[in-house]
Amino acid sequence: MAKLLILFAHPVFEKSRVHKRMVNHVRHLEHIHFHDLYETYPDLDIDIKKEQQLLLEHDVIILQHPFYWYSAPAIIKQWLDLVLEHNWAYGAKGKMLTGKKIFNTISCGGSEEAYKKTGRNRYTIPQFLAPFEQTAHLCNMLYLPPFVIHGTHRLSEADIELHSIQYLQLLVALAHNRISEEEYKSVTYLNDLLPVPEQVQS
Amino acid sequence: MDKNSLFFQAFVYLSAAVLMVPLAKRIGLGSVLGYLLAGILIGPAILNFIGSEGHDLMHFAEFGVVMMLFVIGLELEPEILWKLRRSILGLGGLQVLVTTFIISTLSQLFFTISWQEALALGLIIALSSTAIVLQTLNEKGLMKTSAGRHSFSVLLFQDIAVIPMLAFFPLLASHQPDIAASAIKETTWTAGLSGWMQALIVFAAVLAIIFAGKYLINPLLRIIAATRLREIFTASALLLVIAITLLMTQVGLSPALGTFLAGVVLANSEYRHELESDIEPFKGLLLGLFFIAVGASIDFDLVMQKPVLILGLVFVIMTIKGIVLLVLGRFFRMKLDQNMIFGFALSQMGEFGFVLLSFSLQEGVLKKEIIDVMIAVVAISMAVTPLVLLFNEKVIQPRFGKKEKDDERESDTIEEKNPVIIAGFGHFGNTVGRFLRANGVKATFLDFDSERVDLLRKMGFKVYYGDASRHDLLRAAGAEQAKIIVLALDNLEKRLEMIEIIKKHFPNLRILVRAENRFDAYQLMNSGMMHVYRETLDTSLRVGTDVLKMMGFRSYTVNRMARIFLKHDEATIKKLAAIKNQEEYVASAKEYIEEIEKVLESDRHDPELQNDKGWDEESLIADAGGVKPS
Repeated sequence: MAKLLILFAHPVFEKSRVHKRMVNHVRHLEHIHFHDLYETYPDLDIDIKKEQQLLLEHDVIILQHPFYWYSAPAIIKQWLDLVLEHNWAYGAKGKMLTGKKIFNTISCGGSEEAYKKTGRNRYTIPQFLAPFEQTAHLCNMLYLPPFVIHGTHRLSEADIELHSIQYLQLLVALAHNRISEEEYKSVTYLNDLLPVPEQVQS
Repeated sequence: MDKNSLFFQAFVYLSAAVLMVPLAKRIGLGSVLGYLLAGILIGPAILNFIGSEGHDLMHFAEFGVVMMLFVIGLELEPEILWKLRRSILGLGGLQVLVTTFIISTLSQLFFTISWQEALALGLIIALSSTAIVLQTLNEKGLMKTSAGRHSFSVLLFQDIAVIPMLAFFPLLASHQPDIAASAIKETTWTAGLSGWMQALIVFAAVLAIIFAGKYLINPLLRIIAATRLREIFTASALLLVIAITLLMTQVGLSPALGTFLAGVVLANSEYRHELESDIEPFKGLLLGLFFIAVGASIDFDLVMQKPVLILGLVFVIMTIKGIVLLVLGRFFRMKLDQNMIFGFALSQMGEFGFVLLSFSLQEGVLKKEIIDVMIAVVAISMAVTPLVLLFNEKVIQPRFGKKEKDDERESDTIEEKNPVIIAGFGHFGNTVGRFLRANGVKATFLDFDSERVDLLRKMGFKVYYGDASRHDLLRAAGAEQAKIIVLALDNLEKRLEMIEIIKKHFPNLRILVRAENRFDAYQLMNSGMMHVYRETLDTSLRVGTDVLKMMGFRSYTVNRMARIFLKHDEATIKKLAAIKNQEEYVASAKEYIEEIEKVLESDRHDPELQNDKGWDEESLIADAGGVKPS
């Protein structure tokens, strides 16, 4: 059994459609700790000790957030800056996170097509996520491919529901160690391990 | 109408006081002189309204002095009293000894009297008037200065010295005791007991007061306070003072001294302020009555008969006493201006003079002629004291006494040159100060509440006593070197006064000022303040924030909204302050409503307040031709 920690960051969660539905599906799952960063730290003053303790208690860390300006909302950066301390998370003596898995769960307005060399955004999502990947690497963590929901501006409620169930399935699979290393190394998005019907994707 | 009826008498005294005191204050003479003048006005010399009770009145009104010493005791913690020991014993003792010696010698030289009479006169004249001095100094706000504290020490010593004097006077008797007078001599518990028994009883009484003050009175007051009946608390405060007075009189001690002692013991009690404020009005009225009685007791017939002798005596005695005080004050390293106040303040003779004079009559120490003259001299010297102090303040000080800092405590502010000065260390200022201290920023604090200063100093804060609006104190506190001053005083007038002084003398100091409400804020802004902090603003927004959170709003959103609202409100107040006419501050109910209306109107027209566009994706969704969020 693996324990999952969702570090959730949405500055206007009350206006969100996609994340609201996703969170509703997963927040009460067993083995999952849903941690709402903006709600806990409205002033962005992160409790470092508490966050580090949470990290130690979990095996899989999920950074769930909208993909603002090709990155995460500010509080995620604040969290990384403060919590991943030298000689705790990284550095010669910083081995506390060794072996833990980490990945981003992202919603973005652009379609998968837009996130291609030929697309409007010119880079792929994994390329944009390079800072996260390298951060995980420096902290001796395993960086898994992201879980991405594209084209959120056009998604119908039904489609969001399907993606949310897909996300639920992923988290249950992770919690029960149902995904092998080869499997997640073989995909670009974790979504690909639990595909939804073709016409849902936009 | 019966001139002796209680109501008529009360009417006479009260109207004299109500008429003369404000008048005297108005022309800058102070309330004490007002009362004295009221006394002279209704006394036998002018209106002759005082009936047969006039004589007992003074006796009764002396109770005001007793209450005053109780209140003074309450304000004086034992540690402070201990710190004053040098001043009390040294300065007080020397003053009594030296003055007695000089006066006795001179009176023996110039008048044909026995050495016993001369000594008695010397002792009587050495004493000053606790009531007049303390009341006058208090009114002038000089009690906390070194002149005030030294005066207090000397008066305290004199009050103590009266006790052995009363015991000693019968030994000086060289005439037939006045039979009529000794007949009314009070019987006390100690009368007729041997000397050491008397001493033992006195000692026991003092111990009883200390013990009761420490262990009995407080629990009793707690029970009484729990009844929540204000008048019963007042009654107990009065009862306390009266009980001590009775006890002290019975054992032959001065009641003033007993209540003073009780006051000191209770100075650490949590009920000290209640006691103080309960006794205060009685004290004030009785003291006023006492001053009126002094004024009324001046025998102008006698003065008319022997004007040269009496006025000459007043002048000579006050001069001698004043010189002795000045020399001793110098000796005790008092600064010149303080020493002047000290010398002038204590140069009169006091109410204990009356007591000792009538006692001398009973015991046959002095002849009746001398006593009559002396009573007039004592009364006149008391009456002219406020005038003499006024003369010092208005004529002598401006010329000679260069204004030296008048508080020993203040001198330590000179070493302290911190970048931040915080004026006012109440709830507001101390939070600012604590926060700065937590972040290692040193601040100099100024406060006018000496108790608070002492308390906070014990807690390790650098708090200094003084009227923060005085520019010399500000200078001493380092206002020239400091960068920032926080005006956290709770009195708006004082804050405005300080702003003017700082703008004039320390234009480089940045001022951050506390405001109670919007109207305060307008006034402060119109006096040129850029940094105005309304004490009600942030707190009420925090309450609003928490309400919204409890209603289920997201905390980050609510925080943002609160900050937006804060900025909006600050902008609104700046705008409205600019519109406000300088003269229009009166916060009448109607105006308040109009004010609220303007503010609400401005809330309604600020689009940002209604609709936060942060992270809004509606337009993106519209562009994408997607579904609108429901």
